[in-house]
Amino acid sequence: MRETKYWTWHMFAGVIILILLGIHMITMHLSTLLGWFNPAGGDAIGWDNLLARATLFIYAVVYIVLLGAALYHGLYGFRTILFELGLKKGAQKFINILFIAAGICLFAFGTWAATKFYIIAQGA
Amino acid sequence: MAEYKKYSNRLGITGWLAGGRWGIERYLYSLHRITGLGILLYFILHIFVTSSRVFSMDAWEKWMGFFGSPIFKFGEFLVFVAFAFHAVNGIRLFLIELGFAVGKAEEPIYPYKSSLNTQRPLMVVLMIVAIVLIAAGGYEFLGLTH
Repeated sequence: MRETKYWTWHMFAGVIILILLGIHMITMHLSTLLGWFNPAGGDAIGWDNLLARATLFIYAVVYIVLLGAALYHGLYGFRTILFELGLKKGAQKFINILFIAAGICLFAFGTWAATKFYIIAQGA
Repeated sequence: MAEYKKYSNRLGITGWLAGGRWGIERYLYSLHRITGLGILLYFILHIFVTSSRVFSMDAWEKWMGFFGSPIFKFGEFLVFVAFAFHAVNGIRLFLIELGFAVGKAEEPIYPYKSSLNTQRPLMVVLMIVAIVLIAAGGYEFLGLTH
């Protein structure tokens, strides 16, 4: 039952990623065609565009939600692949602990970076 | 709590590529996993690289300059291809998981009909969508817009 719940979260994290990463991909890789969220023009990864996007509070929120959803979806998917190889209980437990710890550390680091840059952009 | 019998995964990872006479969906399953692992690896690196923006404009531009070389641009395009496929195939899996496009349940009367035949049009349509997305991304990545 618990695994079913984790699987359902994995699916719904996929839907969140589809929407938010879709926006991110369009912003970064179809910028010349569409020009969305790139007010300074030119390259989407240019510093001026980066600062302009970072001044929007919603952008910081989107990054953090996307970070959490993508880490959960990716690490749970990787865990599923490893578990299907028929690992012993001890190895499964080790992977659970390792992935939870890695997920929390990466989420904390990414959230710190998004928040800090939002603060920097407000002062720029 | 009910006990369930576990079966060994006899083929392991080799089953992803040469599992037998399965339909194309089996190979989409393998590709979904390969692209998923690739995207996860890229994503973890991406978290560290993009965090350089916090330190300074110079740090950011140094990293972006480093990843701006043609070989990394091509690598980035491969990530985009992986994302487009993984996302569209994920939509297919999500719909099927929720019971859409699988047809109605029927009594198993010989000659048996496979549900895969009912699902296949959805797969074909969504793979066309993936190809269109990849082509649009390639248009940008190959610099045809400049």
